[in-house]
Amino acid sequence: MVKDALMDFDEALERYEPVLGFEVHVELNTETKMFSAAANPAHERNHGAAPNTLVAPVDMGLPGSLPVVNEQAVRYSISLGLALGCEIAPSSRFARKNYFYPDLGKNYQISQYDEPIAFEGQVEVELEDGTRFEIPIERAHMEEDAGKLTHMGGATGRIQGAEYSLVDYNRAGVPLVEIVTKPIYGAERRAPELAAAYVRAIRDIVIGLGISEARMERGNLRCDANVSIRPRAAAGEPAAPLGTRTETKNVNSMRSVERAVRYEIQRQAAILAAGGTITQETRHWHEDTGRTSPGRPKSDADDYRYFPEPDLLPVAPSVELIQSLRAALPEPPAVRRRRLKESWGFADIDFQGVVNAGLLNEVEATVAAGAAPAAARKWWMSEISRVANAEGVDAASLVSPASVAALQQLVDAGTLTDKLARQVLEGVIAGEGTPQEVVDARGLAVVSDDGALIAAIDEALAAQPDVLAKIRDGKVQAAGAVIGAVMKAMRGQADAARVRELVLERAAQ
Amino acid sequence: MRHLGVLARIALSDEEVERLTGQLSVIVDNVAKVSEVATPDVPATSHPIPLENVFRSDVVGQMLTVEQVLQNAPDATEDRFKVTAILGEEQ
Amino acid sequence: MSESTTGDLTRLTAADLAARLAAGEVSSVEATRAHLDRIAAVDGDVHAFLHVSDHALDVAADIDRRRAAGEQLGALAGVPLAIKDVLVTTDMPSTSGSKILEGFISPYDATVVARSRAAGLVPLGKTNMDEFAMGSSTEYSAYGPTHNPWDLDRIPGGSGGGSAAAVAAFEAPLALGSDTGGSIRQPAHVTGTVGMKPTYGAVSRYGAIALASSLDQVGPVSRTVLDSALLHDVIGGHDPNDATSLEDAWPSFAAAAREGATGDVLKGLKVGVIRELPDTGFQPGVAASFRASLALLEAHGAEIVEISAPHFEYGVAAYYLILPAEASSNLAKFDSVRFGLRVDVPGGTVEDVMARSREVGFGDEVKRRIILGTYALSAGYYDAYYGSAQKVRTLIQRDFDDAFAQVDVIATPSAPTTAFRLGEKVDDPIQMYLNDVTTIPVNLAGVPGISIPSGLAEEDGLPVGIQFVAPARQDARLYRVGAALEALLVDDWGGPLLDRAPRLGGNL
Ligand SMILES: [Mg+2]
Ligand SMILES: [Zn+2]
Repeated sequence: MVKDALMDFDEALERYEPVLGFEVHVELNTETKMFSAAANPAHERNHGAAPNTLVAPVDMGLPGSLPVVNEQAVRYSISLGLALGCEIAPSSRFARKNYFYPDLGKNYQISQYDEPIAFEGQVEVELEDGTRFEIPIERAHMEEDAGKLTHMGGATGRIQGAEYSLVDYNRAGVPLVEIVTKPIYGAERRAPELAAAYVRAIRDIVIGLGISEARMERGNLRCDANVSIRPRAAAGEPAAPLGTRTETKNVNSMRSVERAVRYEIQRQAAILAAGGTITQETRHWHEDTGRTSPGRPKSDADDYRYFPEPDLLPVAPSVELIQSLRAALPEPPAVRRRRLKESWGFADIDFQGVVNAGLLNEVEATVAAGAAPAAARKWWMSEISRVANAEGVDAASLVSPASVAALQQLVDAGTLTDKLARQVLEGVIAGEGTPQEVVDARGLAVVSDDGALIAAIDEALAAQPDVLAKIRDGKVQAAGAVIGAVMKAMRGQADAARVRELVLERAAQ
Repeated sequence: MRHLGVLARIALSDEEVERLTGQLSVIVDNVAKVSEVATPDVPATSHPIPLENVFRSDVVGQMLTVEQVLQNAPDATEDRFKVTAILGEEQ
Repeated sequence: MSESTTGDLTRLTAADLAARLAAGEVSSVEATRAHLDRIAAVDGDVHAFLHVSDHALDVAADIDRRRAAGEQLGALAGVPLAIKDVLVTTDMPSTSGSKILEGFISPYDATVVARSRAAGLVPLGKTNMDEFAMGSSTEYSAYGPTHNPWDLDRIPGGSGGGSAAAVAAFEAPLALGSDTGGSIRQPAHVTGTVGMKPTYGAVSRYGAIALASSLDQVGPVSRTVLDSALLHDVIGGHDPNDATSLEDAWPSFAAAAREGATGDVLKGLKVGVIRELPDTGFQPGVAASFRASLALLEAHGAEIVEISAPHFEYGVAAYYLILPAEASSNLAKFDSVRFGLRVDVPGGTVEDVMARSREVGFGDEVKRRIILGTYALSAGYYDAYYGSAQKVRTLIQRDFDDAFAQVDVIATPSAPTTAFRLGEKVDDPIQMYLNDVTTIPVNLAGVPGISIPSGLAEEDGLPVGIQFVAPARQDARLYRVGAALEALLVDDWGGPLLDRAPRLGGNL
């Protein structure tokens, strides 16, 4: 691969203004496919199905086969359109997008073209520091996914140099909604960050709606990022026309979206600064090298010969249907975040930390299970996140919000000290049961029998007469040494505050 | 004409290119003919019997077995269709 | 059963055969064997079949067993059926007349095939057709032409020449066809048989290898109107696998045909005749037969009304924009990846293999229409080409609406000429296209049309058909009117028209 020249990011932003655009494909998790009654591999239950086992005649373009639209996919698409703040078309229709490719059973994709089901919306996106952007949505349309190609021989998995390819039509016909933005201006140096935040916002929305598994690593959510840059206009001059854009495909994580946008800005800036021109093309993101490489240039081959799909009829949702789907929409993620932040009384930075860690749901559920918001946040953001990072897993997979709430209740009741509670949490994560069960099994409860404490204190004071003298002299802080010894003797299972009280009491006698 | 052959994925001999080029005029003549009456005020009819909202309920139905999927395959291996090297990128 | 009796079985109408099967006078095995024998005797000359079932007798035996066991069977149970090769079948190859699908076995049955099987019909084989139904003569079949039983040097019409010739040659009492611009009705016209194109959506297209999706319609082919009606009753009705399938509850078409045969339906019937159809374009014998039929209708109480259909003359042009466009897309699936012919290109990419396979696998006419359709849909042309043609559909529909405000049915000659000689027009596609001038507007508007034999042309002694057209969803009306005229004509002729066809095979 030829190594691209890159301009320093800050310099690129000084000289050029980036303009973004995104096409996000969302695989719906309906039971069946968009146009056939075959089970949908994008539904959790069918994940990992063996090749060519989820195929109906139309999915592989068998002669004589015909498509029939999945009603649930239409409802999901309308719901998504509404959640994106779009208008829902009173009538929309499908078209054929004609091109030959081995993963496309009919050699045309049934998609929506000039009459999408949803159009003209906006999505609120929040950056890490809480800054908000409105992303203008051009349209959201229904279409079908293509099958899956595996390239064999040559460099593993790469199309270049492969000797042959294998085709699996399980994914062919999976219902997709493609969300297309309008050009996005004003992101400036935060363009890469905004790109990731936009994809995250779409993911939050579809998860909130329950219409997609939304796992980027599985391709349930896929982002094509359009990037162009243009020279900054001098003061008082009109803005330059939009630059030539590239479309980077195949960006399968939010971090990659961010990196790919950053890379394209730097690459394009280097070309323009050297007097070159940008080629309008698709580019491919390479996760391993962190670079993009040129794909197909835009050309005559993009003559898709769209025409209305004659095998299908217009989709004309009734006003009542749209109203009922609108009424059933969950709270928009941005609104929900504002509501939670207010009710929890968190500082900006604390709240944003939870959001950025992707632990909003967990904290909310923990609070709902009875924990104080600050305590819930503390558990998830510190101890649980630490273990999750160490083990490379999702924090949410380690422990349930109910267990975290129960643990905090034991602390609140004085049954556990913070330190003991951390040990209990360890046990819960290790699968030893509920917090109470771990307390019982490990014998971790605080020793609240003053008699046992006093015995230990008297022993410690006797062993450290100098300390006793200091305390009696009024040097109360010297008590720490005795408290430490007592806590050690009690193997941590004592309330340090109570020990302190008792130490001062005994010393005074 | 060569471009049409590429779009339609049909290899065309020189003789075919020549013959077909001449016949494109048929299309042009037909267009001229329909343009006489296809004025902007006339709506297009894409379906002779107008219907809308024809849907299928989201219930899993019959699927093909892998054997059925592959039974006519010119070439297959590992339960998948086999094709020779692909040059172009995905769309 | 003696040779002579089994020979007779092929001459029976489907309705008569069904009655004898139901009465236990003959078995389905006997009827099926008679037709297989007939195929063996004459199909070498006619070439109506691309494939003859090797298990038709087993299917027939099963029907006989079920009947003997007292099972309630459908009206046509045990009657043999020929199936146009455009319809996919699980037990026989389905090629659509193309080399690119040679040997293709569908893993599923077309809905009309499944319904025919469920009704106890016995599939005899798959009939020849113009490749992918593109043609009006069956000469564009990759497997050689079918010959017209009336004159083996002449075309049987197309694209469904095989189905029409099979019933005309008494190789099958019934056949399934498909009609995109006249492919059921024009072959009926040139072979002296009956062919019905139902209302668009009345019969499922699921499993019919698509030519032009917005025009294609499957329908029955037979020797009598009643037989077509009986088969239509079996194959029609809503199919959830075809989104364009109508949910209407349909009346019994057989009942309509029986009612029509009494003749009463002609009294006060208003029959529209299109003013704009040029007299000059029609062969004299065709025009004469048409006028004679009108006179007969009038003599029995029908009223002939001149109507105007000013946009019909744009039909052919619109059709030849819509059809190639849709066909170019529908035929894209034949790419050598999942099924069909693959021609390897040493060192070639998959693109090369696809292009080469399609070059070798498709015939000239198919390639021609794909290229024309690709052009018509290509960048910038969509609105002017395909879009404008769709507007003509609206105008033709309006013409029909206006006409049907005044008349009950419209009558036209089914085609301008009798069967032409094989090879005569094969290099003149434009001339070939004009064959469909009266049938095409019917497909564009989605209304039903039927062709029934109206006599022989004086100048060449070849069959001529008359087409009746009814408003959308009024298919039953066509069976009523068609059966009424048929009864009068057969009465006039002193027997079915096909009795005058030359005997084939020499041994009958
Ligand atoms: Mg796209
Ligand atoms: Zn898309």
